[in-house]
Amino acid sequence: MNEILSPASIDALTLARWQFGLTTLYHFIFVPLTIGMALLVAILQTAWVRTGKLKYLRLTKLFGKIFLINFAMGVVTGIVQEFQFGMNWSDYSRFVGDIFGAPLAMEGLFAFFFEATFIGLWIFGWDKLPKKVHVLTIWFVWIGTVLSAYFILAANAFMQNPVGFEINEERGRAELTDIGAVLLNPVAVTQFPHTIFAAVMFAGVVMVAVAAWHLQRNQFVDEMRTALRFGAWTNIIAFLGVGLTGHSLGMVMTETQPMKMAAAEALYNNASGADASFSIFSWGTPDGAHEIFSIRIPYLLSFLSNGTFDGSVEGIRDLQAEYEALYCGADSALTCPSSGSFVPIVWVTYWAFRWMIGLGALAALVSAVGLWITRKNAELPKWVWKVAIWSAPLPMLASLVGWVFTEMGRQPWIVFGVMTTEQGVSPGVPGWAVLVSLIVFTLVYGALAVVEFRLITKAAKDGPPEIEQPEGADGTPGEPDQQQLATVY
Amino acid sequence: MELTTIWFLIVGVMLIGYFVLDGFDFGVGISLPILGRDDTDRRVIINTIGPVWDLNETWLIVAGASLFAAFPEWYATMFSGFYLALLLILVALILRGVSFEYRHLGRGREWTRWFDQFIFWGSVLPPLLWGVAFANLAQGLPIRPMEGGGWIYEGTLLTLLNPYALLGGVTMLLIVWVHGLVFISLKTVGEMRDRARSLAKKVGTAAIAAGAAFLLWTVLQHLDSEALWVIVLCAVMAALGLIGAWAANAVGREGWAFTGNAAAIVFALLAVFMSMFPNLMHSSIDPSYSMSIAGAASSQKTLELMTWVAVFMMPLVIAYQAWTYWVFRKRLSRDLIPAAAH
Repeated sequence: MNEILSPASIDALTLARWQFGLTTLYHFIFVPLTIGMALLVAILQTAWVRTGKLKYLRLTKLFGKIFLINFAMGVVTGIVQEFQFGMNWSDYSRFVGDIFGAPLAMEGLFAFFFEATFIGLWIFGWDKLPKKVHVLTIWFVWIGTVLSAYFILAANAFMQNPVGFEINEERGRAELTDIGAVLLNPVAVTQFPHTIFAAVMFAGVVMVAVAAWHLQRNQFVDEMRTALRFGAWTNIIAFLGVGLTGHSLGMVMTETQPMKMAAAEALYNNASGADASFSIFSWGTPDGAHEIFSIRIPYLLSFLSNGTFDGSVEGIRDLQAEYEALYCGADSALTCPSSGSFVPIVWVTYWAFRWMIGLGALAALVSAVGLWITRKNAELPKWVWKVAIWSAPLPMLASLVGWVFTEMGRQPWIVFGVMTTEQGVSPGVPGWAVLVSLIVFTLVYGALAVVEFRLITKAAKDGPPEIEQPEGADGTPGEPDQQQLATVY
Repeated sequence: MELTTIWFLIVGVMLIGYFVLDGFDFGVGISLPILGRDDTDRRVIINTIGPVWDLNETWLIVAGASLFAAFPEWYATMFSGFYLALLLILVALILRGVSFEYRHLGRGREWTRWFDQFIFWGSVLPPLLWGVAFANLAQGLPIRPMEGGGWIYEGTLLTLLNPYALLGGVTMLLIVWVHGLVFISLKTVGEMRDRARSLAKKVGTAAIAAGAAFLLWTVLQHLDSEALWVIVLCAVMAALGLIGAWAANAVGREGWAFTGNAAAIVFALLAVFMSMFPNLMHSSIDPSYSMSIAGAASSQKTLELMTWVAVFMMPLVIAYQAWTYWVFRKRLSRDLIPAAAH
């Protein structure tokens, strides 16, 4: 069960997998906050442009600053993601590059340039662009982040559910046949809104936490009440989106990767109807195959998998037998894992699936209760604010375990049914080189995490800046040569 | 022309775009501790590239992804082969990137000193290592085809550090340094502008010497190449660009100096790419092991699709990036920088 943790197997493959997991999860701490916060800041700035109320401008500046501190980390850790496919997974890259490279290149051409250009215009354009043009730049940044998410999720969806390709035996690789199928992969189409809603949830709770910190101290009350309620509503609405899209994603997953759904429930034998139950909690034998105790909701697994209460769900044992027959035939060098097992690490998928749902729901619950108890501007006990502050990381943790589930639930495949993970690793890179880079990334990322966290908390605690109402209601900027710059590094 | 050749050119243009644009960012970063006498100076220097460094760096990401899409074999072999060099470049780019954003957010001199160091080393390492990498691509590398398809790099990090490649690295470093100095003189007024110009003269002289030696060595290595006359032409143009930039800078024509230097980068890299032609990687073990452009390329279908995407998007991308440069066209000075109020 713990094969990836045992010291005997420390090789380039294991290290490359750890490195991918580490760098990807780390990158994905910053991505959702970027996507979500860009939207919230754009809405706040639009509110300022339309109403002229200074409080919206002050909130735009405060959350804009938090957004930028976070944005920088997302940008720099993203370069590692792109390079890593070639550095650690070169056999994967050469095998599927014909298909997988296209959405990555499109992401660059459609989204990254757009995002990187307009973020510069937004940061430095406050006194150089008319007000109404300037607010568009932050909307463009948000559109860039969302487009980028779509393309990268389409690339990931190819790994979960490969479509629109054929194997070219002569060249020994997979080749693109239908880009429409790749971009409209049902996994991408459902994963995309699920990911975006989750991102918006994260931004919502961060806004609530910042507001709660100030409200506890009775400062910036007008601004912070607005921020609190805006953040909480955002979080609740986004949670509904996460739930609905998560359900469609679950059904798509059952259809395309039934083993992942079976592993999400640790369902070893086929089950249907009331027996296709969802366990909220369970305790099993060390190998996970036999259950000692559990709390179960009948029919729910059938509903999650099929959308009906009387459907059936395939179990791990049956799928294993099916896949052995299908993928371990005579000429299947790429598709038969050396261990012969098609089962992901079940305790990881089982618990990741539950933590994802649980943490997300908890965050939404905190917001819902918070909205109710703050409906009047009454004095509240301190612990109420503390709960709001400490629930800030919940949706982030939910997103992270969600990705652990998605990616580890895909194992042993790197591309489902086409290539195993062990087949994808770089043949020419020695284990020690991967170890060096793993150590370097861990140290650099660790140090930057501390710096980033301190900067964000400092910016949050400083609160919204003092601002005088800018001159000229039509929003024409002053003559920049005559005055100091509004924003500088 | 074959689509594969067209994509060789497109990826080449993107990489050249990256070095022309992020090149001056690197040069500005290298100049930071040298030209910046106090914190206000250093903030003037950083703010010359503040609004644009991110979009400039994005050219690398897009070039990398396009290289992946168009030439998966090249991407796979080169990126796994240059493993430790790329690791260093990545760390440098990470530290440089966050430093621009974080430097002004902390309190105290210790804080800014750390980030100034990151900006400096984060600007020195990438051009040096990219220069080494591209010189190695021009010269050839120990690669061998594998059974079952693909190529494998059989050298180590030390294989990359040969005299020709090191000269390539130093040349790249010096040229982007001049590029950054000229950019600073183009974007500032007063004393900073003068200091940048006079340092550009000195560094420019060194860049001409290194550049001439590197270009000559490149030509001599490819006397039997079918593209020899193109390599020679590019080398001559690059040298003229460097000399023209030096002269323009000496007489205070900053715009022309910048143009000349940009042309030098374009033609020096073209000389390198044409040295690779018709391969993407020459094998130093056996010429028949080399990875040809066609042999490394994606399928016709993928290349056609990507051509449509590039033809449609590139003009748009260039248009809004040009607009950004237009918005931020004004020169900076010390009195435009507000006192650090954080």
